[in-house]
Amino acid sequence: MGRYILKRVLMLLPVLLGVSLVSFSLLHMVPGDPAELLAGEEANPEFIQALRKEYGLDQPLYIQYFHFISHVVRLDFGISIRNRQPVIKLLKERFLFTLQLSFLSILIAGLIGLVAGVISATKQYSFFDNMSMIGALFGVSMPIFWFGLLLMLVFSVHLRWFPAGGKGTALHLILPAIALGAASSAVIARMTRASMLEVIRQDYIRTARANGLREFIIIYKHALKNAMIPVITVFGLEFGYMLGGAVLTETVFSLPGVGRLMVEGIFQRDYPVVQGSMLLVATTFVLVNLLTDIAYAFFDPKIRYE
Amino acid sequence: MNEAKTMKTTGQTREVWRRLKRNRAAVIGGLIVFLFFFVAILAPVISPYPPNEGDLTKRLKPPCREHPLGTDPLGRDQLSRVIYGARISLQIQVVAVLIALVIGTLLGMVGGYYGGKFDNLIMRLMDILLAFPGIFLAISIIAVLGPGLTNLMLAAGIYSIPQFARIVRGSILSLKEKEFVEAARAVGENDFNILFRYLLPNSMAPMIIQTTLRMATVLLTASGLSFLGLGVQPPTPEWGAMLSTARAYMITAPHVATAPGLAIMLVVMGFNLFGDGLRDSLDPRLRD
Repeated sequence: MGRYILKRVLMLLPVLLGVSLVSFSLLHMVPGDPAELLAGEEANPEFIQALRKEYGLDQPLYIQYFHFISHVVRLDFGISIRNRQPVIKLLKERFLFTLQLSFLSILIAGLIGLVAGVISATKQYSFFDNMSMIGALFGVSMPIFWFGLLLMLVFSVHLRWFPAGGKGTALHLILPAIALGAASSAVIARMTRASMLEVIRQDYIRTARANGLREFIIIYKHALKNAMIPVITVFGLEFGYMLGGAVLTETVFSLPGVGRLMVEGIFQRDYPVVQGSMLLVATTFVLVNLLTDIAYAFFDPKIRYE
Repeated sequence: MNEAKTMKTTGQTREVWRRLKRNRAAVIGGLIVFLFFFVAILAPVISPYPPNEGDLTKRLKPPCREHPLGTDPLGRDQLSRVIYGARISLQIQVVAVLIALVIGTLLGMVGGYYGGKFDNLIMRLMDILLAFPGIFLAISIIAVLGPGLTNLMLAAGIYSIPQFARIVRGSILSLKEKEFVEAARAVGENDFNILFRYLLPNSMAPMIIQTTLRMATVLLTASGLSFLGLGVQPPTPEWGAMLSTARAYMITAPHVATAPGLAIMLVVMGFNLFGDGLRDSLDPRLRD
C-alpha cells in the first residue's frame, strides 16, 4: 500500500507543476504588460516599476516562473489589485465557504443517491426503480443554475422556508447544496444501482439467501459493502467536480465562494486573484482525486497490484 | 474484398439501427435532438418575431396568445428568442465538439499508436487539463481568452479535448495489436494509412457515442458560462444569458426563466438519451 501511495504521489508532481505553469502563464498570455496588469489601471509609473522589480518581471521567463513558484509554495499569491489585500486572505475565507457548501452537497447527494440506487437495484423494473431513474435523468440534464433559480422561487419566494441568498445560518446553505448536489445524486444513484445489480447476482449472495439470512442483512451488510467499492470513486470525483460547479450555485444564491471570487476577478482584471483561485481549486481537486484513488486501493486490493 | 467489406458494414449498420429503433428512450432522445436541429435551422422561418426587437410597452408580459411564452424585460418575444437560442446553442455545440473531436482524436491516435515518451507527454498534458474540475477549466480558459462567443466555443472545445483523446487512445491501444493491423503492416501499409484507414474506422463507435454525449455537456457548460456573463453577451439570444437576465425578475416575472431553462434541459436530455441508446446499440456489451 505504501508503495502504491508513493507512486500516486509521484505521478501527481508533474500535474501540479503543469497547473502552476498554466496559472503562471495567465498573466503572460493576456495582452498587455504584466507589470501594468498587476498594478491596475490607475497605477502611477513608479508603482508599476516597483512591481516589475518586486515580481522580477524584468527577468527572463524561467526566472519569473521560479520567482512565482517560490512565492506560491509559501502560500503567497500576491496582492489583489482591487482590494489591495493579500490574495491568500481573500482565498481563505472564500475557499472555506465553498468547501463547506461542497461537503453539505455531497452529503445530501450521497444520501439520496445511495438510498435510491439500492432500492432501485433490489426492486429492479419496479415503479420506484423507473421513477428514480427518470429522476436521475432529470438530475443530470438540468442546468445547476436553472434548478437553483427554481428552488429559490418555490422554497424561498412562495413557501418562505429558506432564505433566498446570502450566508449566515445553516439554512442559507440548504437550497444551494441541493442545487449543487442534484446532478451528483443522479450519478451516484445510477452507479449504486448498476454496482448493486452486479453484486446481488453473485454466488455468495445466493449462498447467503440459501442459508436463510434475512434479506435486509444480505442487502445492507453483504451486498452493499462490495457494491460500494466503485461508488467510492464516484463520490470522490463528484466532490471534486462540486468545487468547480459551485461557481454557478454561488452566483445564483449570491454566495461568497471561491468560484464567484474567480469570476469577479476575471471581470475586474484582478489577475493575482484569478491565478490564486485557479491554483487553489485545481490543487484541491487533484488532492481529492489522490485521496479517492488511495481509498479505492484500500478497499479493493486488486488495484494496488496492477 | 471491398464488396464483402461493404456488405458487412451495411449489415452492421442495419443491426445497430434495428437495436436503436427498439430502444424507446433512444427514440425519444433522437426525436428531441431532431426537433432541436429542425428549430435551430429553420429559426428565421418559424420565429414569430425578430429576436432582438422589443416593445417596451409590452415588457414582462405573461404568456398570452400574441406571445405564447410571454415577453422579456425589454418587451422582446420570448418564444422567438428561445427559437433563435437553439441556433446559437447548436452553433456552439457543433464548433466546440468539432474542435475537441479533431484535436482529441489526433492526439489520442498518435499517443496510442506510437506510445513511449510522446504518448506520456500527451497524457500528462491531458491530466493537467483534467486537473481543473468541470466548468472551472472552461472558466480558466476564458480568463486567458476573454469573454465572447468565439472564445466560448474555443473554451468549451478545449475543455472537451481530454475526453476524446483518452477514448481514442484506449481504442487504438486495444486495436493496434490485432491481426488485421499486423496484416496491413505485412503488406507494407505505412503508419498514416494504418492509422486513418484501419484503426480510425474501427474506433468510430466510441467516438460517435462520445460526440453525442459531449453535445449535452458542452451545452450545459456553454450556457453556464453565458449565465456567469463569461460567454455569449446580450443582446444575443443565448439560453444561459437569457437565464442570467431572468434572475433579476424571478419574483415578478418567473416565466422569463422558464422557457430557456426548459430548453436547455430538454436538449441535454435528448442528447443524453440518444447517446445512451447509441452506446447500447453500437456496443451491447457496455449495457448496464
